[in-house]
Amino acid sequence: MEFKDYYKVMGVARDATEAQIKQAYRKLARKYHPDVSKEKDAEARFKEVGEAYEVLKSAEKRAAYDQLGQNHRAGEEFRPPPNWDSGFEFSGAGPGNSVYSDFFDSLFGAQARSGRSRGDFHAGRGEDHHAKVLLDLEASLDGGPRTFTLRMPEIDEEGRLISKERTLNVQVPKGILAGQQIRLAGQGARAPGSGKPGDLYIEVEFQPHPLYRVDGRDLSLELPVAPWEAALGASVKTPTPTGMVDLKVPPGSHAGSKLRLKGRGIPASPPGDFYVVLQIALPAADDDRAKAAYTAFAAALAFNPRASLGA
Amino acid sequence: MSPSDDQAITGTIFDQSTILSIKDLSRMCQVDERHIVEFVEEGVLNVVEVSSEWHFTGDALRRARLAVRLERDLELNLAGVALALDLIEELQRLRRELEARRS
Repeated sequence: MEFKDYYKVMGVARDATEAQIKQAYRKLARKYHPDVSKEKDAEARFKEVGEAYEVLKSAEKRAAYDQLGQNHRAGEEFRPPPNWDSGFEFSGAGPGNSVYSDFFDSLFGAQARSGRSRGDFHAGRGEDHHAKVLLDLEASLDGGPRTFTLRMPEIDEEGRLISKERTLNVQVPKGILAGQQIRLAGQGARAPGSGKPGDLYIEVEFQPHPLYRVDGRDLSLELPVAPWEAALGASVKTPTPTGMVDLKVPPGSHAGSKLRLKGRGIPASPPGDFYVVLQIALPAADDDRAKAAYTAFAAALAFNPRASLGA
Repeated sequence: MSPSDDQAITGTIFDQSTILSIKDLSRMCQVDERHIVEFVEEGVLNVVEVSSEWHFTGDALRRARLAVRLERDLELNLAGVALALDLIEELQRLRRELEARRS
């Protein structure tokens, strides 16, 4: 097990005051909070910061940690000496029921974690679990079984909190939207004794789709059309979630024109809409015939695209 | 080996049509009912009143859990949580729009 330098994690000096530690925590927590942060490793950093704060904010834990830390550096191989914590009393609860590092557990034991005491909140019933999963959009469009691998905290026979990998085969309900939750009854934590197990809530996010962009229950597609198709109107083949359709492009369309196919978005209730956003694709002028066509075009129209700029 | 329909677990969607009582929400978020009432009073959660009893829709679960996390992890007060939730939603909307304009 590696020694963790909690002061380094929090970016504070070893003699930092309580107020400085609190200030550092708040700043880092805002920066790395998984619900707010855009940082790549936000979740891991947030856990690390939460763990460091859990120790440093408590006078007893900090004193115990300091006594131990004098001879260790971060990353160093570490074993707590026997009875190292005699004379210290630990109490209190920390942020969340996150899984702390082995280092933390070896020092303060799983009982120091707030997650444990929370289990008493509704006696006789196992805790609910929550997880986020990334789904392909097709799972919502068609519904159907998908397999997820989740990491779940679990209490082992010796009462320690461990992280266990678990594979679940879930029937994804047709029309599920990003941010919605699926409740799987009885798939949460086992209850102590003969109580009912908790439920598992899965929050859905979609993987980016190669064709469609998702906005709530609506989908949109960027559809390239030729300049003459946009100007004169045309019927063009367009992919939609329910298959190819012939889409009528009205005459006088331009780049960015939005066409709506009602009810052809995600089949939720009510179903979303499908939007087609037109893009004008220009043919390349790479041979003499194409060049001649462009020249004739220019001569015939005397078009100034910059008229509105006064140029 | 592809997963087949018959061995898959079926779940229920929590959406606008799911109705939750204050008791449900309190249990699911592991906070007491009084705290849910405070969320409603501060405008963190919207409530549907049915014959003088409070109900919530399924999407309140996500919002309530987010509120509890922010409160706990960032040591925010209720007004701060309400503001953060509104800003997070605004941010998500703007990010979606930006993404739409970029592509």
